[in-house]
Amino acid sequence: MSNSISLAEICISAASKAWKGDGEILATGIGLIPRIAAGLAKLTLNPDLMMTDGETYLIAEPAPMGKRDASSDQVEGYMSYSRVFENLWGGKRHAMVTPTQVDSFGQTNISAIGDYNSPKVQLLGVRGFPGNSIHHKNSIFIPNHSQKTFVQGEVDMVSSMGYKNQELSNGNFEIKLVVTNLGVFDFNGANNKLQLISLHPGVSVDDVISNTGFDVIIKSEEVTTMPSDQELALIREVLDPQGIRNSIFGE
Amino acid sequence: MDKVLRHQDVLDQLTSNMTIGVGGWGARRKPMSLIRAICQSDLKDLTVVSYGGPDVGLLCAHKKVKKLIFGFVSLDLIPLEVHFRQARQNQEIEVMELDEGMLQWGLRAAAMNLPFLPTRIGLGTDVLKHSPELKLVTSPYSDAERLVAMPALNLDVALLHVNKSDEKGNTQIIGPDPFFDDLFARAATKTFVSSEEVVSTQELGGKEGAIYNRFERSLVTGVVHSPCGAHPTSCAPNYGFDMSHLKEYSDSAKSFDDYILKYMNKTHEEYLDSVGGSEAIENIPLPQF
Repeated sequence: MSNSISLAEICISAASKAWKGDGEILATGIGLIPRIAAGLAKLTLNPDLMMTDGETYLIAEPAPMGKRDASSDQVEGYMSYSRVFENLWGGKRHAMVTPTQVDSFGQTNISAIGDYNSPKVQLLGVRGFPGNSIHHKNSIFIPNHSQKTFVQGEVDMVSSMGYKNQELSNGNFEIKLVVTNLGVFDFNGANNKLQLISLHPGVSVDDVISNTGFDVIIKSEEVTTMPSDQELALIREVLDPQGIRNSIFGE
Repeated sequence: MDKVLRHQDVLDQLTSNMTIGVGGWGARRKPMSLIRAICQSDLKDLTVVSYGGPDVGLLCAHKKVKKLIFGFVSLDLIPLEVHFRQARQNQEIEVMELDEGMLQWGLRAAAMNLPFLPTRIGLGTDVLKHSPELKLVTSPYSDAERLVAMPALNLDVALLHVNKSDEKGNTQIIGPDPFFDDLFARAATKTFVSSEEVVSTQELGGKEGAIYNRFERSLVTGVVHSPCGAHPTSCAPNYGFDMSHLKEYSDSAKSFDDYILKYMNKTHEEYLDSVGGSEAIENIPLPQF
């Protein structure tokens, strides 16, 4: 089974580790890889995680990607948008998100690129990022690690707060894990600098350095741990049987 | 008591420069027939408060918006709202960009007749930098923490779309998520509701129906019977998003005149015919994530 492990599967396995030890909280993976990763975390490292069906209900098992018979979802609770806010303001959540820009402070941007008053590219708006970042743990997945995503200086519109302002968050701000197409990182370097934990197969330290717009601490040059046979079986047969994950890197 | 109005009767109670809150969320349960009626009117210079979807985009495309107060604008499965995007990139609108929860807090403050509600949300972000009218307060308690004083978002009018209503303005939102429609109604001086069905009070279903009654009728000024009135947005459990229409709407940014010709400047009945009729809309399945 492990002969043809895809980059998407390596990223999903690595990203699932973000929720290890989180206990009984709401895991929210926004986007393809984060969502499968959250499901994998629930089926392996942390069965206590709560997850939604992507809309209004908490369900007992992670919803597989793609079309499914939602009437067979085992609903266990209710999670309207209002409930999501109440939950997250209490800090009982860990989201993994894919911002358009990230800077050396761990600040992110999903609002607008360029001058705010005359944006070059208007994006979504800050959505829940200010509140998420100041109330609960977050992780980041970036499929296109480059100097356009990991920017020099600060992001164009600070949508989620970063380590430079962490004292404002009453101790709740944390970026737990950063997984990209190049490797696995965290912000636990000296003074909360981004540091490399492992490189995906075939990626060099130079690739990381030249594609990041700020200094990265090279803590380790190990190769990222490959997904186990159990993880691969769960990804391929349970969480994403239609192989939608392969679209992310065109695999 | 009879609060049933036509679309035109609602327009007659709106004026330019008003602050209008729009219920729903993104591409879900937006009062689109009322929004189209505004687009077709002489109203202008509106301040719009919304968890935005095609309501915001359509109003921007018709140059009705002076200022937008928003947490996001998105068509859900089509993440970026192209007409909003054009309005921003062409500097056609002022904005107050808020976190989704701050927007809720502003509506809640207005609903409670408070000047503001405190929150940590926004601290450490550029939300505060770009809206200098957002001020901080210091906790009067021993923590002395500095917090954002999210100001009340007082609305002149709220526009909502619901599944059922009676003539008195008893409404029901039967879809599983009422979003923040209740707070929009409470934050507004007047609330106008478009409704898939207008039924007798008895037909609202007594105690079992009342669980879907998310806010009381005293908040409702008028009810407009508007079957499929959320189209092209979804109205669970009645119908899902019309993805092909949303795609055509998105693609129309460069040739919006064609879209206007096909779908605008019509009565609601004519509009429904132009998009395939109410039966076709009611057959659009609910989205699955």
